[in-house]
Amino acid sequence: MIDILTEYDILGAFWKTIQLAFFSAIGSLVLGTILAVFRVSPVAVLRNIGASYVNITRNTPLTLILIFCSLALFGVLGYALAPRESPTYIVDNAFRWAVIGLSIYHAAFVCEALRSGVNTVPVGQAEAARAIGLTFGQSLSQVILPQAFRGAIAPLGSVLIALIKNTTVAAIISVPEAAALMRVIIENETGSLIVFFIFALGFVILTLPVGIGFTSLSRRLAVKR
Amino acid sequence: MFIRRLGAIGAVAALTFTMAACGSDDTTDTADGGDTGTGEDTGAGGDDGAMMDSLRIGIKFDQPGLGLREGDAYTGFDVQVAEYIAGQLGVDAANIEWVEAPSAQRETLLETDQVDLVVATYSITDERKERVSFAGPYFIAGQGLLVRADETEITGPDTLEGKVLCSVTGSTPAQRIADEYPGVQLQEYGTYSECLPALLSGQIDAITTDDTILAGYAAQDQYAGQLKLAGEPFSEERYGVGTQKGSELCQEVNAAIEAMIEEGAWEQAVQDTLGAADFTPGPGNPPEVVEDCA
Repeated sequence: MIDILTEYDILGAFWKTIQLAFFSAIGSLVLGTILAVFRVSPVAVLRNIGASYVNITRNTPLTLILIFCSLALFGVLGYALAPRESPTYIVDNAFRWAVIGLSIYHAAFVCEALRSGVNTVPVGQAEAARAIGLTFGQSLSQVILPQAFRGAIAPLGSVLIALIKNTTVAAIISVPEAAALMRVIIENETGSLIVFFIFALGFVILTLPVGIGFTSLSRRLAVKR
Repeated sequence: MFIRRLGAIGAVAALTFTMAACGSDDTTDTADGGDTGTGEDTGAGGDDGAMMDSLRIGIKFDQPGLGLREGDAYTGFDVQVAEYIAGQLGVDAANIEWVEAPSAQRETLLETDQVDLVVATYSITDERKERVSFAGPYFIAGQGLLVRADETEITGPDTLEGKVLCSVTGSTPAQRIADEYPGVQLQEYGTYSECLPALLSGQIDAITTDDTILAGYAAQDQYAGQLKLAGEPFSEERYGVGTQKGSELCQEVNAAIEAMIEEGAWEQAVQDTLGAADFTPGPGNPPEVVEDCA
């Protein structure tokens, strides 16, 4: 067990996992917020776009989305996200596609979490905002969304935990994160429970504080009504 | 129903008895013993009795040219080797129970008695020998390069500087490229078949892994004439037959592999399964069976 810990760069692999989760979390938060606005907007076309996006991506396996990004868009059609001359061309390209794929997938869940947050805001708030003459955009950004985010913190925490664990799927498109290193170790050392527990523990260490943090945040920031 | 079951139990009991009696002697003996056991029954239990002379063999289900499942049919070099070994052990090809043995699960399948043999591009290594007993080797594979048929720049591992290679995440060939050829860009996918479209479209320059696996892909009908193997193999992977640790089967498997090579069935199997890719086995083939089943 000590051999495995000293011989392999496990911390480095988890650092890559953290980076992947960090950028994907930002990407999915931005995209998910836009989608949530679409879904609560008064324009039917936007509502339909938002609903279709959520239903399609939420019901597509993440593996499929990442394989599509890496194999179809890059492998066959040749859309590379890093310069060919770069010495880390393939690794950078894979990382960026993984961030895009993870963001696309988790945006659907972020959108639904935010929409549940919007539903915690009493209708009276929206009516009052409209009554004092705020436009849709103003009432959304000044009145509804700030409260919605505060009400959606707990479900957003769940999405983030799922996202951290889902980064392991990126191993199959060449991102050298924790799950990829686990495959290397299993290949060299023959699969054993120790290897499994090391990586399970690594993910627990990453996700447990996230869960605790988001729970306490959601309590502190909840809108008192 | 009850009587049939009783008969089956009797047959099984008789078989285990005879097996215990003659130990590791001759497999045909145990088969006879099984027949005698079922002879007392009305015959319905006969099939159940015969099941005891079956073998559970772990193979790859997704490796064209080596171990491939298409519907109910199993094809490939590993499959032919497994069938030959089973034949030598007195088991009919129809009585082989094929079990899928993905690379990461091969030791576990043997240790937990889910299979009797593993014939699945299983390289003999010291780490693995601690958990299973190897017979063989039955083939010496080596890491090779699969390129487009019109490729002229790549002729071996020394010509890879700056090229993009594709292999499977975490596999030994992928690790070797990353460690020994730092100038090479390595795209890793979950399976080799995912590398193929990217190779044909030109996004990657070569696929690398054991030459047998590469030849298996190149020999597929849909890639006829589009791919070729480049250069000589630049590593040595000795494929063995994995048996349960300390299993008595192991020595018999060794004898069976020797017989297969002597009889020419080995040569024929290579031709049948990988020949379409113009594949000639690398140096050291056909191998000498040197594993001592330790």
